[in-house]
Amino acid sequence: MPTYTAPLDNFRFVLNDVLQVGDVFARLGLTEATPDLLDAVIEEAGKFCENEIQPLNLSGDTDGCTFENGVVRTPKGFKEAYDKFREGGWIGLTADPAYGGQGLPHTVSSVLDEMVSAANTSFGMYPGLSGGAYRAISQHGSQEQKDLYLPQLTDGIWSGTMCLTEPQCGTDLGLIRTKAVPDGDGTYKVTGTKIFISAGEHDLTENIIHLVLARLPEAPAGIRGISLFIVPKFLPRAENGATVAGPRNAIACGSIEHKMGIRASSTCVMNLDDATGWLIGEPNKGMRAMFTMMNAARLGVAIQGLGLAEVAYQNALAYAKDRIQGRALTGAQALDKAADPIIVHPDVRKNLLTVKSFVEGARALGLWVSLQLDIEEHATDPKEREAANDLLALMTPILKSYFTDAGFEATNTSMQVWGGHGYIHENGVEQFVRDARITQIYEGANGVQALDLVGRKLPANMGRSLRRFFHPVAHFLEENQTDAELGEFVSPLAKAFGKLQQATGFIAQKGLVNPNEAAAASSSYLRMFALVAIGFMWARMAKVAKARAAESGVRAAFYDSKVKTARFFMTKILPETEQHFRAIMAGAKPLMDFGVEEF
Amino acid sequence: MRVLVPVKRVIDYNVKIRVKPDGSGVDMANVKMSMNPFDEIAIEEAVRLKEKGQITEVIAVSVGPAQAQETIRTALAIGADRGILVTQEGAEPLAVAKLLKALVEKEGAELVILGKQAIDDDSNQTGQMLAALLGWGQATFASKVELGDGKITVTREVDGGLETDELKLPAIVTTDLRLNEPRYASLPNIMKAKKKQLDTVSAADLGVDATPRLKTLKVVEPPKRGAGVKVASVQELVDKLKNEAKVI
Repeated sequence: MPTYTAPLDNFRFVLNDVLQVGDVFARLGLTEATPDLLDAVIEEAGKFCENEIQPLNLSGDTDGCTFENGVVRTPKGFKEAYDKFREGGWIGLTADPAYGGQGLPHTVSSVLDEMVSAANTSFGMYPGLSGGAYRAISQHGSQEQKDLYLPQLTDGIWSGTMCLTEPQCGTDLGLIRTKAVPDGDGTYKVTGTKIFISAGEHDLTENIIHLVLARLPEAPAGIRGISLFIVPKFLPRAENGATVAGPRNAIACGSIEHKMGIRASSTCVMNLDDATGWLIGEPNKGMRAMFTMMNAARLGVAIQGLGLAEVAYQNALAYAKDRIQGRALTGAQALDKAADPIIVHPDVRKNLLTVKSFVEGARALGLWVSLQLDIEEHATDPKEREAANDLLALMTPILKSYFTDAGFEATNTSMQVWGGHGYIHENGVEQFVRDARITQIYEGANGVQALDLVGRKLPANMGRSLRRFFHPVAHFLEENQTDAELGEFVSPLAKAFGKLQQATGFIAQKGLVNPNEAAAASSSYLRMFALVAIGFMWARMAKVAKARAAESGVRAAFYDSKVKTARFFMTKILPETEQHFRAIMAGAKPLMDFGVEEF
Repeated sequence: MRVLVPVKRVIDYNVKIRVKPDGSGVDMANVKMSMNPFDEIAIEEAVRLKEKGQITEVIAVSVGPAQAQETIRTALAIGADRGILVTQEGAEPLAVAKLLKALVEKEGAELVILGKQAIDDDSNQTGQMLAALLGWGQATFASKVELGDGKITVTREVDGGLETDELKLPAIVTTDLRLNEPRYASLPNIMKAKKKQLDTVSAADLGVDATPRLKTLKVVEPPKRGAGVKVASVQELVDKLKNEAKVI
């Protein structure tokens, strides 16, 4: 059975040493979010994930969800764990205190999300979707809608969903057919079929609040004719001054999917048959409201990839230290044993370090980007808010795509360390691979993320968003270029950064003439960008770790390991940017030359 | 009624303890510290009594370094009302008992619930010494506690099974593992804990001399277990158990 230990020291390192979030939060007026409080919060959440959620991961995968007579049951133990999670107040971590939340920073929520995903990705889907519904209603709903739904979603006694996909429309939401007809009393009758609805039906909560994209009569064709509706499973009703779930609405689960992974997360076909709905936001502006949910959800998916990579790494590392097989090539090391632990072998080390350097680098990058959510929300200076928003918009597709691609690879590489035993279901390692696979697909397939990056984010605001990343990197390089101690980190970063700038110029120029040029380069460009961004974080971490190691004797080994991991990344992983650069510069022709019949 | 619950900051139970190479003690550098698990049970029990409305206030007390404030905050997050830190490092059970006696008198506590022992030194003395110093009744190794009117009924885990004692209040209770299962601190309570009162006093303030009286001569790792042997038959096993191990 796999195990999971919340990597508290690594969280502390990134939050306190590298990002110094305590200072940032104090400056933002988040006076409650002191480092000691955050530490207590993260530690208790970690304990919960380790002891309550993780033990249900493998059994949840084996049993899966069941569907019978319209009722979906989650695997054994999920309801009890969800109730404990809810009673612990974890669902309302970042929610507005006015609705019963704790108003803690999004950065802390990202830490919680990573731990939950690592412990049990399927479990995390249920509260995760509620978070998306909360954000959409809080930003676009009327006061009445907020008062009605937000306390229940904050508490977790009700959950939420996002109903976008239909059989004929996935990526292209302009093809949506679900209809909403005004009923004359301010409500709408919503009719249609939605598929792939995560947490669409389950037995964890008293009510499920569906956010449904649909078309009003006479709405313009395509994406500009989509509106967003709240369609609750049970219509809310006031009872003794409290909101309770009332009569059943005409939205029902038709079946659940049998999936490759996240099998304890219910994925539902939802049929709406004149279901009562309420418009949220303005008519035909549904996509705008939906993007509020989707941007946050994309960061959430990125963190799923990261969490799965972390837990896969922990288990691969334990196995590599424990499993004895063959001898070290330079002579036996464990003389008291029949063979050496496989961690002596260079290739096993390469596998482990590839995953370790990704996880730790991506964690720092993910938390740096998450911090922008807090700055965007709380900074008093509008310029600072704008800068945070730009950086978020730019980095969201990069994180979603790279963290899930590399996250999937990381689970696969970790499984390789396990050899044949990794292929056996009961050992729980192959589950990480299967669970990770969906993260590359949902919330906008990774290829679409790359298009978003080159098509929307690069040209946005005349390249201003791009500069929000390029400037800090250039500044860091300039500041540290003469530091001989850091040369081994600064100089490879500078080189890769130079190539990234060159590739950016190439895409901008070629893409203007022929959009296929930008699209053909997009996924290589996204990977290159992500590698430079993670390289940037590793250079920063190496600098901090070196300083800290010199100051404090006791934790020297921890910091020293950070420096060594940075070195591994700079020498063994960052050079991948060269390959992406060459592929980008080769242009679109090798792809577009083919006629369809020539494939 | 006020209840005092001492909580000790110890090396986390998951940490593999290492003895310092010079044998002077246990290596404490950079190891995870947590609340002594028996004390967690004690806090949980006190908080449950308060939730039942049987007591009015739970005070968590720790004797230790400044970092023991974190341990007290953990107790406050579980539900203790306020905390007191006695800043005194390396206090031995007798000194701790004296400090607690001073606090019991100062605070007017009528019940003290302690962990039966701390998992670092396994002394299993503080509760008993405190009872003697105060002249109160004591019920150690509790697996069930029922608070009545002016009395407390405690089921104790003893070698032969269970023993049920009734004590007049004020009294001392020490907890065993099966008394309860401590809850997870909820997020709102972790946040509230930060705002709860936490006072700091010194041993001198309480008029107690906490100077150590014991001298540690040497600390060594427990002997490693030797390898086992395979026996060829049940007959041989029985023979070995009878004649070599002399256990049957």
